[in-house]
Parts: sequence; C-alpha cells; structure tokens
Amino acid sequence: MTLRKRPFRNCKALENAFGLHGDGIEEMFMGTVILPASLEHLKEALAFLETKAREAGLDEKRALEMSLALEEVLVNIFTYAYPRERGVVEIRCSSGEPGRLAVEVRDQGVPFNCLSWREPDLETGIEDRPIGGLGIFLFRRLASRVAYRREEDTNILSLLF
Amino acid sequence: MKITKHKEGKAMVIAVEGRLDAVSAPAFDKELEELIEAGEKYLVLDFQNLEYISSAGLRSILAVTKRLKGLEGRIALSSLTDIVGEVFEISGFNKIIPIYDSPEEALSEL
Repeated sequence: MTLRKRPFRNCKALENAFGLHGDGIEEMFMGTVILPASLEHLKEALAFLETKAREAGLDEKRALEMSLALEEVLVNIFTYAYPRERGVVEIRCSSGEPGRLAVEVRDQGVPFNCLSWREPDLETGIEDRPIGGLGIFLFRRLASRVAYRREEDTNILSLLF
Repeated sequence: MKITKHKEGKAMVIAVEGRLDAVSAPAFDKELEELIEAGEKYLVLDFQNLEYISSAGLRSILAVTKRLKGLEGRIALSSLTDIVGEVFEISGFNKIIPIYDSPEEALSEL
C-alpha cells in the first residue's frame, strides 16, 4: 500500500535523530501510542509497531527484526527507567520512504544513554559469561541506525529500520 | 509460546513454537527446570516453529546450558529459522551451544 501523507507539525524524528533531511524525502508521521511502562503492555506495543511496519512496507523478516529490537528497548525501559514511580512510554512511528520505518521511543525515567553501554565480550567461554546484558547489543545490531538524546526530562531513543 | 515434548532414547526433544520473549521466558524456564528436576539430562530444543527469540530467551538457554553442564548433561538445538539463527550468530551463542539442522542429527550427537 502507498503511504498517505499525514501532516504532523512536530514530526522531524529522522532529522532530529540522524540529520537526515534535504534529500527530497518527506517524512510522514504514521502514529503514536502511549502506554504504561510495564511488561503487561509489551504485546500491545509490539502489535502497534508490527501494524506500522506493514503499513511502511517492511518485508516480513525486517518487520520481525524490528519487533525483536523494540522488545529489547521496551523491556529495558520497563525494567530500569522508573525504579520508584510508575511511568509511561511513548512510541512514535514515521516513514520517509516505502520499506523504511523510523521509531522514536520516549520515557521520562532516569537518564540512560544505551549507546554508551559497554558491549559484552562475545568471545568469553560459557563458564565466564555473565547471564544477561545482551538486549542492548541485539537492538543496536538489528536496527540500521540508532540515536539517543535527552531533552529536558525525556529520554529519546530513535531507531531506523 | 507453546511447548511440546517427547522422549527419544536418553534424550527429551522439546519443540518450542511461537515467541520466546520476555513474556514467555519465565514459563519456558519453569518447564525446563521441572524436566531437569525430574532427572532429564539430555535435551534437544527443536526450534523449527520458533518465530523469534529475544535476549530473555537467550538468557534462559544460557542458564539451562550452564545447569546441565554442572550435572554432566548436554543440550543441543536444532532447526533454527532465519531470524533465530541470526540472533544466535549476532550474540555469539552459536559458538557456545551446539546447533544442528534437524532433531535427528542433534540426537545422534548427544
């Protein structure tokens, strides 16, 4: 299906995150969802994202990779972003061209730049390998590009597929 | 996620369907823990119908691999789909856990 242009004044996700602009591709806002930041809402969040991936024309494999990457992003937020209070997570989708999907994930939790996280040592033998720590590594590899910025009280993670 | 299992010689073949993710991993852990508690030491995980696996699922598999190693048991995986194979490759888990093309091949190597 072709993307219908839906004007959205503040939709500059690609430009803000990756400096992608001026190449003749206009970014189109596809939708947003705000959910409580807890594991019970993971399924709902991924269902929203998978619908948007189809609308954006991602092939089945890429859509699954997107889903997997976003599970890692969201589970991290659900687990660590709000240690004391309850919070929400906002997911915004936009597309610049068919077959491309940009996802912006926003939370008001503790500042956390996942791009400064140390990558696990993949050569370590099984006895020495700590359990866990792979989620960030996985989504960074699965997305075409990842960018992080903090705006006032908000963590903004942008992923391009 | 759906788990079906059957005994094949000394090994238990466990077919996992759907998604092994942060939501389903605790149920997967419990199922495997029960099998190990019941004395099963040779496990084949048949992933032919596994749609995807996230880091939560990888954590579960790493934990059970370590546990079986302590019991002098063994685990093998078989029939990985494209994306599951990719996750094992990216994470480096393909270097620490044996992966085969079919459950039969996995069984013959245990």
